[in-house]
Amino acid sequence: MKNSLYILLFFVAGVLFGYGQWIPAWLNDTDPSKYALYLLMLLVGISIGADKSSLLLIKSQGLRLLLVPLATIIGTFAGVLLVVGLTGSLSIREGLAVGAGFGYYSLSSIIITQLHSEALGVVALLSNVIREIITLLLAPIMVVTLGRLAPITSAGATSMDTTLPIITASSGKEYAIIALFHGIILTVLVPMLVTLILTI
Amino acid sequence: MAEILILMFGGMIIGHVISSRKKLVNVLEKLIMWSIFLLLFLLGIAIGRNPEIMQALGTLGLTAMILSLGGIGGSVIMAYVLWRIFFREKKSSHEE
Repeated sequence: MKNSLYILLFFVAGVLFGYGQWIPAWLNDTDPSKYALYLLMLLVGISIGADKSSLLLIKSQGLRLLLVPLATIIGTFAGVLLVVGLTGSLSIREGLAVGAGFGYYSLSSIIITQLHSEALGVVALLSNVIREIITLLLAPIMVVTLGRLAPITSAGATSMDTTLPIITASSGKEYAIIALFHGIILTVLVPMLVTLILTI
Repeated sequence: MAEILILMFGGMIIGHVISSRKKLVNVLEKLIMWSIFLLLFLLGIAIGRNPEIMQALGTLGLTAMILSLGGIGGSVIMAYVLWRIFFREKKSSHEE
């Protein structure tokens, strides 16, 4: 939660700095974001590789657990395709790339900015922040109307950290492990899917 | 942009090798947060200095909201289907 706040603060500070033309001189000569992204991806890979908990979870819970992240992926892409088709505001590829953020707004918006455009990067940032906020607000209602898995799929990748408390409170403690696993799987998939969608 | 995926997979192998060195892994994970802070600060600057994007923020926000609703809507419907077919049934079969 604290990190989400910092992330947004850094972003807003950047917007204010940029808007006020108060830009460090070294930024005008070089754009370090490409290399910062490379470093970030290497680090993300290391943290995934160093974490054995997801493998242990699959062993203990069985493959049935994989159905939940699969439902999130299929549902998100279907829903995004529907609204892109209805509004025509974006291309299918752009819509799917934003959707493939699955609430992981920091990493997805960074990759989309680098691979596509700053404008779509902003859309990805806002859309995935909104996804997290809606989940936080509506998780209790989702459980009552659509079942205990609904807030987990709605949370996307955030079901392992920022939205885990509300999911545990709404769906019940026995769903915390499903939420955790779901978040881990999607967190690993976000950079891969976003990159693949924008490059294939 | 295959570099991104290659770096990530390379990182996974490195991570697997150094997974027992908890302190090192912790430091690297802190570095992740700082890289994210830096990159989003830079994204903010790029947006703030770009008048076209600043003017379009409202439209971009609306597009973002529509995509969020589509993504969440599809996800919770799938969750409902999965719950009805798989998870809830399993629970009732336990009770039998």
